[in-house]
Amino acid sequence: MVETKMPPDAKLAFPKCVRLESKPHLFCPGCGHPEVLKALGFAIDELGIQKRVALGVDIGCSLLAWDFFNLDTIETHHGRTIPTMVGFKRAKPEGVAIAYVGDGGAYAIGMSHLINAAIRDENILVIVVNNGVYAMTGGQEAPTTLPGTRVKTAPCGADRHFVRAPEMIRNVNPNAYIARGITTIQVGLRKTLKEALQHQVENGGFAFVEVLSQCPMNWGTLGRPEKTFEYLEKTMLAAYPVKKY
Amino acid sequence: MAEKKFLMGNEILGQAARAAGARAFYGYPITPSSEIAHFWAKEACSEGGQKDDLVFLQAEDEIGAGFMLIGGILAGTRSFTATAGPGHILMQDSLAMAEAMRLPCVYYVMQRGGPSTSTVIYSQQEVNLACFGGNGNGYRIVYSPSNLQEMFDYGIRVFDVAWKYRFPTILLGDGMLAKTLGEVETYSVGERGLVMAEPEAYMLERSPRKRPIADIMPSPEFEVRAGEDGTEYDCYRNCLNWEEEALAVNEETKDAFVKAAEEVTEWEEYGQKESRILVVAHGIVSAGVKSAIDQMGTGEARLFRPITLRPFPERQLREAAVGADRIIIAESADNQLGRIVKDALYGSGIDIVEHYRPSISILPEEIVGLIRSNAD
Repeated sequence: MVETKMPPDAKLAFPKCVRLESKPHLFCPGCGHPEVLKALGFAIDELGIQKRVALGVDIGCSLLAWDFFNLDTIETHHGRTIPTMVGFKRAKPEGVAIAYVGDGGAYAIGMSHLINAAIRDENILVIVVNNGVYAMTGGQEAPTTLPGTRVKTAPCGADRHFVRAPEMIRNVNPNAYIARGITTIQVGLRKTLKEALQHQVENGGFAFVEVLSQCPMNWGTLGRPEKTFEYLEKTMLAAYPVKKY
Repeated sequence: MAEKKFLMGNEILGQAARAAGARAFYGYPITPSSEIAHFWAKEACSEGGQKDDLVFLQAEDEIGAGFMLIGGILAGTRSFTATAGPGHILMQDSLAMAEAMRLPCVYYVMQRGGPSTSTVIYSQQEVNLACFGGNGNGYRIVYSPSNLQEMFDYGIRVFDVAWKYRFPTILLGDGMLAKTLGEVETYSVGERGLVMAEPEAYMLERSPRKRPIADIMPSPEFEVRAGEDGTEYDCYRNCLNWEEEALAVNEETKDAFVKAAEEVTEWEEYGQKESRILVVAHGIVSAGVKSAIDQMGTGEARLFRPITLRPFPERQLREAAVGADRIIIAESADNQLGRIVKDALYGSGIDIVEHYRPSISILPEEIVGLIRSNAD
């Protein structure tokens, strides 16, 4: 999973499919989303599928990606991006359908859509950005919040269990492409996203990539990147292995 | 070819969608609408259905079905769903987005008892929900058919109107119409000279657009940009940053709705114009009122029937009310049609009698009694 060989365009500031007119982006300083999107953009460039991609973005921080790319993009309702892209793909199979969702959108309000899309083996790619917290709404508990973590709606500490999505999806779909990446290993993340997109292009069925990502704003580490990345690469990584499932 | 058939209401709707050139159905089973899904599933599986590339997808719930429907619309496909009661409540999530972004989703709604799970039989209690559900201002088109033939006729028309005016469109039937077996004349749109508005994709439309997005979607909700090779990429949003943007979305949508209303609004009047009692009813109850008027044969009462509940024929109702001493509002709900009618008649000074029978049928005999007791 840990890919170190640099692709030739890796030093470009942005992928070719990015929409420069919408930059600088509106994510918070230090947010991981732009890094996930950048890896996704490079994967799309590499596969040459810009004109075929239909990108759906959820409500939550992911909504800020609505005009991030020169890609046909639809912003949906909170948790409803997966069924929207399922409906789209069924009606237009030649399109490459991507649902870009946060951990609240995918694992709480949209969980039934996620798991049923996996059961039905829908030929779409779901990307879930896992930063362990509801970020846009101000730092509430998510199904990914690690046990004991103090957040706005769990001031005494979060619940003892958390969602292990890859295992859950594998349990209902033996053929799906399933992997977890992390923002700090960009080359690996790009490779993972490329494989996941390729899986769809080859009509391989459901593809799912969770990406561990940082949220300095809600982790209380704004302006202290060493703390941000210590939490991401030690605490988060220990609970959520980065690998192909 | 036009032919008379003996069919159940739900099957008539399935055939209407097929005649309209619909391609995709996304839904979740719920009584009394489930046979619409059964019809489409079978159709999609058939040789003809496969040739026409029909899509059938049973969703995990009505919220999922509603957003799959939006996905089908974004792909430029005549798409629809069918639902009822508690499912209709969940469909409001997608309806709100469809209303905000001018997405021509088609919903066949077969009203059942309410509130809550209630009965699976019949009511007219989903008028509020169909017309004004969601957190918007009710910019959707709602048809209320009154008999099986209209289920077919308007079952086709909703697809044309939705794509022509780009508003979500609801065919608001009920459990009685859905489950009744009866005679209907089916036909193809070609033989009736009907020209259906053509769909066009919102996403991945790579041929030049016949209708620019700027003519459809409120201006704050899209950003169309050209890539390096001139390809246009369309980005859409419904989450806005500023109050002024939200105001613009609402005002632009309203302007388009008011303009569409001039062409879309439909109503029917029945009985002798000089009758002093005007009964206002919609859907299957209005069919009962016609029957009552015929049975009495004395010219005491006439009917005003809104065919579109949204946009509502307000001006036409006010004109019809001229000369009436008394207006009777009859519906199988408590003050849902009533509120709309009273709003339209505000200031007319005409005596109004409200006959509300939530979740129960109103038979012609009951209406005859109602008319007689008010014909003093």
